[in-house]
Amino acid sequence: MLEAEALACRRGDRMLFTGLGFALPAGSLLHVRGRNGSGKTTLLRALCGLLRPDDGSIRWRGEPITELAEDYNRDMLYFGHLNGIKADLSGIENLRIAATLDQDGCADADILAALARLGLAGFEDLPASMLSQGQKRRMALARLILSEAPLWILDEPFTALDTDAVALLEALIAGHVAESGTVVLTTHQPVQLTGGAIQRLDLGSGPSVKPAAGGVRSA
Amino acid sequence: MLRVFWCILSRDITLALRRRTDVLTTLFFFVIVVSLFPLGVGTEPALLRELGPGVVWVAALLASLLALERLFAADYLDGTLEQMLLAGQPLSLLILAKVLAHWVLTGLPLVFIAPLMAIQYGLDKAAIWVMMASLAMGTPVLSLLGAFGAALTLGLRGGGILLSLLILPLYVPVLVYGAGAVSVSVIEIADTKPYFSLLGAFLLAALVLAPPASAAALRISME
Repeated sequence: MLEAEALACRRGDRMLFTGLGFALPAGSLLHVRGRNGSGKTTLLRALCGLLRPDDGSIRWRGEPITELAEDYNRDMLYFGHLNGIKADLSGIENLRIAATLDQDGCADADILAALARLGLAGFEDLPASMLSQGQKRRMALARLILSEAPLWILDEPFTALDTDAVALLEALIAGHVAESGTVVLTTHQPVQLTGGAIQRLDLGSGPSVKPAAGGVRSA
Repeated sequence: MLRVFWCILSRDITLALRRRTDVLTTLFFFVIVVSLFPLGVGTEPALLRELGPGVVWVAALLASLLALERLFAADYLDGTLEQMLLAGQPLSLLILAKVLAHWVLTGLPLVFIAPLMAIQYGLDKAAIWVMMASLAMGTPVLSLLGAFGAALTLGLRGGGILLSLLILPLYVPVLVYGAGAVSVSVIEIADTKPYFSLLGAFLLAALVLAPPASAAALRISME
């Protein structure tokens, strides 16, 4: 489903990784690991098309994502460091907008159910600014429940979550992979799946990844 | 498509209404700048009539610029802009919705408050109508061009100053023909039609060119 070939990304003068590649079939998870600053977020932003890699290609269902453009975006859900929710809007308003943008045809009842599942029942009508950090994160995670996208790209999704929410998110991810979805995620904690396959990618140390080498710099 | 457009438009307007100070600041800025001139240059009626159109238009330009910085910055900081880029919707369409919301909140109020300002300058009724019409046609151009500048300078340190330097020169044609229409309308035999034709042409060109250009600029800024 998602394939990357000979990817190279740089941030400023520093080459983060070169020659990185993987092929991720449906129903599998790619766990990207690496120390801070090894380029995990850069890789994920490249995979979702926010950032153009300096070299290499990314294909979704066999076609380059740059050509698919909006079609690819519809198939993909990105969950980054920023929650992507407006502090002045309530949970239900935020999710309604997210659902419209992603064209997930979900009714208000679905949104309420998703919020309830994340333990936010009773907080639906409060502006997000009144919620705690963890609650905001949970609100943003409700998008995972509502989304119909087959590909999830999750950047450190477990930050700011308590143990209950971590367990729930793990269940969501495992469920998505079991339903032959595809997940790419970065996290520092161990990942377990009930079904499907896990691939691991270590940035900054793996065989396919070389740290900043002199030769690569000349463009 | 229309649903998404409406969704973003109503989102931005709802957000602005929950944070009314931002909208009111722009409006009061306009009122104050326009009101300061008669205090500064004296109350000679002929002089004020001469200055009026230009002052109102320059104030409208600055007021529009004042609100521009916020057009994408807030969405950029909380990650909603990122989500819009990845929404699977044409980005130009989303930008057009945001620009329309921006105009409704900052441009449209100026159109309605301008008559009050014009009275301070002793402009007659005909000139006031022309001023309202020229503002109604010109301020959307300001919002559209401004969106391009705001997208280009997004996330830069001191982006606000850079934005002014970048965008104010582009505003010049709108200023010349907007204020020109009002000045000319004071002369009895004069015809304001060419001015409005040109403003209309600017509006159409900006409507077609600015959203895709802003979308491209946003993608660069977000990298």
